[in-house]
Amino acid sequence: MAGTALRGRLTWQIAMVDTVTDETARVRTIVLDVPQWPGHRAGQHLDVRLTAEDGYRAERSYSIASAPGEPVAITVERLDDGEVSPYLTQELRAGDELELRGPIGGYFVWEPEDDGPLMLVAGGSGIVPLRAMLRHRQRSGSAIPARLLYSSRTLPDVIYQSELSRYADGVEVTCTLTRQQPPGWTGRAGRVDAKLLSEVCWPAAVSPLAYVCGPTSFVEAAAAGLVGLGYPPHRVKTERFGATGGR
Amino acid sequence: MSPVSRGFRRRRLPDAEPGRVPPGQYVTGDFPVLSAGPTPRTALQNWTFSITGGGEPRSWTWEQFRALPAESVTADIHCVTRWSKLDTRWEGVSIDTLLDQVEHHAGFALAHSDGGYTTNLPLQDVTGGRAWVAFGYDGEPLEPEHGGPARLLVPHLYFWKSAKWVRSLELLDADEPGFWETYGYHMYGDPWLEQRYAGD
Amino acid sequence: MQALDGNAIGGLLIDVFGTEMTTVTGTCAGCGTSSQVAEFAVYRQAPGTVVRCRSCSSILMVFVQVRGMTCVDLRGLASLG
Repeated sequence: MAGTALRGRLTWQIAMVDTVTDETARVRTIVLDVPQWPGHRAGQHLDVRLTAEDGYRAERSYSIASAPGEPVAITVERLDDGEVSPYLTQELRAGDELELRGPIGGYFVWEPEDDGPLMLVAGGSGIVPLRAMLRHRQRSGSAIPARLLYSSRTLPDVIYQSELSRYADGVEVTCTLTRQQPPGWTGRAGRVDAKLLSEVCWPAAVSPLAYVCGPTSFVEAAAAGLVGLGYPPHRVKTERFGATGGR
Repeated sequence: MSPVSRGFRRRRLPDAEPGRVPPGQYVTGDFPVLSAGPTPRTALQNWTFSITGGGEPRSWTWEQFRALPAESVTADIHCVTRWSKLDTRWEGVSIDTLLDQVEHHAGFALAHSDGGYTTNLPLQDVTGGRAWVAFGYDGEPLEPEHGGPARLLVPHLYFWKSAKWVRSLELLDADEPGFWETYGYHMYGDPWLEQRYAGD
Repeated sequence: MQALDGNAIGGLLIDVFGTEMTTVTGTCAGCGTSSQVAEFAVYRQAPGTVVRCRSCSSILMVFVQVRGMTCVDLRGLASLG
């Protein structure tokens, strides 16, 4: 798109909410119609800005949940004491305007050209940018083998559950539930620790490229665990989410 | 010109009685943790509090500090990031008690904390029963993430002046900007005059 | 409160530097450790944004927004880029 590739131009623009879809009781995906969107890479995020009638403004960052080429979408988790997330997950509806800027990020991004089997490790809403990567992998027809280890509290908290269960060729998904497992659960239980990582992740010998995303404490433990398995630190990319659910 | 986001409003709890909350603040039920760095973890056996810049530097170990007369304080606190918390309960040693043991003619103080944080205050704002070195919050020992083992408590000013993990008070003849003041926050910080930034 | 990382200030860095900065390498003036900006420890909830070295916790960068202007202090970096 001519005129959008100017370096340093990160301007706010007004998008329109196309659809909203509840992923879980607390999590909603918002698909946006962004007229001046320059395209994005898998793993990038965008900033959202809300303005109240009295002029009060709040800004938050959200990972882009969709792959390059798909309509821009964000997936937002509602925090009980949040200010923006309750609005985005409960009030915002199709036809509303949303001010945003992006895409942002050049470190926590994945392309099919990046080499190595892909190792994705997600905690809670950390799944969002990794899901964009998996969708990008699928849409691009990449044959790169991928593994996802996804930690959630309970089964109803698993975001994109049916989509993740439908991945077949070359994508192995392991879910671990840390707080409660349903009867007959055949996935994993308990927090991501050295033992689970050693059982589920690509061995270091195959030179995997890892992306770890979620709350800070999750990311630090999981990233340290991968380094403990022999992953070189520069092959373990991390993105920490704050208590605000996004950043 | 940003469009108004239909139906969006700032979070707020029901208003306290008029005049209770300074301009631009909202009342919160939590106790947000704001930090510019990792939480220091000084062991009590290594902890000291000092007053320097007066006649003779004076220093207290944790035992000596806790042997001083302490007070219970209930105060409203106001953060420059716009939250206020009402009726917070603290336990601390009045800075009057500490300064009584130091000879000085200083007009100002610079508080120094573990981790390198500093903040400046006029001496008259940490005396006359207006400031404490607080070691207890809400009936419990002050938690590290809220500034424990001890922090400055100066509730009549914006809460960035209530330096967490405080270790010393340096007495000065002239006012000297501390960490945030150097970057443009107000040298004094009266929430009732909304003195958030230099020039306010 | 645990730190975030440089990804969290991607937008702020573009505002300040005019370009994507998270993949740029910064070197700590305190301990000499180099890493990508995305990997720095970021403390965001204080009156300003403080970016620290993960190795030694020295302050690398401080951003304070006052009256629509951003004050930027990069003294903690020996080099950037």
